[in-house]
Amino acid sequence: MQLATVIGDVVVTRKDDNLYGRTLLILQPIGADGQPVGRTLVAVDAVGAGVGETVFFVRGKEASFPFLPDEVPADAGVVGIVDHWDTES
Amino acid sequence: MILARVVGTVVATRKDPRLVSSKLLVARPMDPHGKAEGAYLVAVDTVDAGVGETVLIVSGSSARMAAGLKDCPVDAAIVGIVDAVDVSAGD
Repeated sequence: MQLATVIGDVVVTRKDDNLYGRTLLILQPIGADGQPVGRTLVAVDAVGAGVGETVFFVRGKEASFPFLPDEVPADAGVVGIVDHWDTES
Repeated sequence: MILARVVGTVVATRKDPRLVSSKLLVARPMDPHGKAEGAYLVAVDTVDAGVGETVLIVSGSSARMAAGLKDCPVDAAIVGIVDAVDVSAGD
């Protein structure tokens, strides 16, 4: 999993049937210092996260597992909202 | 998933039998502000997207979970046509 900040959302009307009712968020991955690292991506939300929150997300087919038995075509998914984290500097 | 703009189509007569009747599009990944980034890719269209539209592309093994692509040899599928992208100010 990776840490990221939710920086926006995507509105998609015409989409795969199994994406209906799912929230799509734009994530900016961040490093241990909270600074942006790498490219933004779109992730399906499994925990009710919102813009401005720090979250952790999973990549790959596992992103669809929170929605089983629905087969949601997702390769990135928010699976937790971070309250706080610490690193040794 | 990534945002991308559809920039073209691919015609292929000789292909894996499971890809027969699949519509293949060329897409250019872009950031939330619309700036192109990264390499072009070929994706199977499952939502009737067209050239010029902004789409949502799912990659890797998850692409096979899109409608009608079970057991197909694909690693990128267009699963949505984007109406709007909202990015919070400052990012």
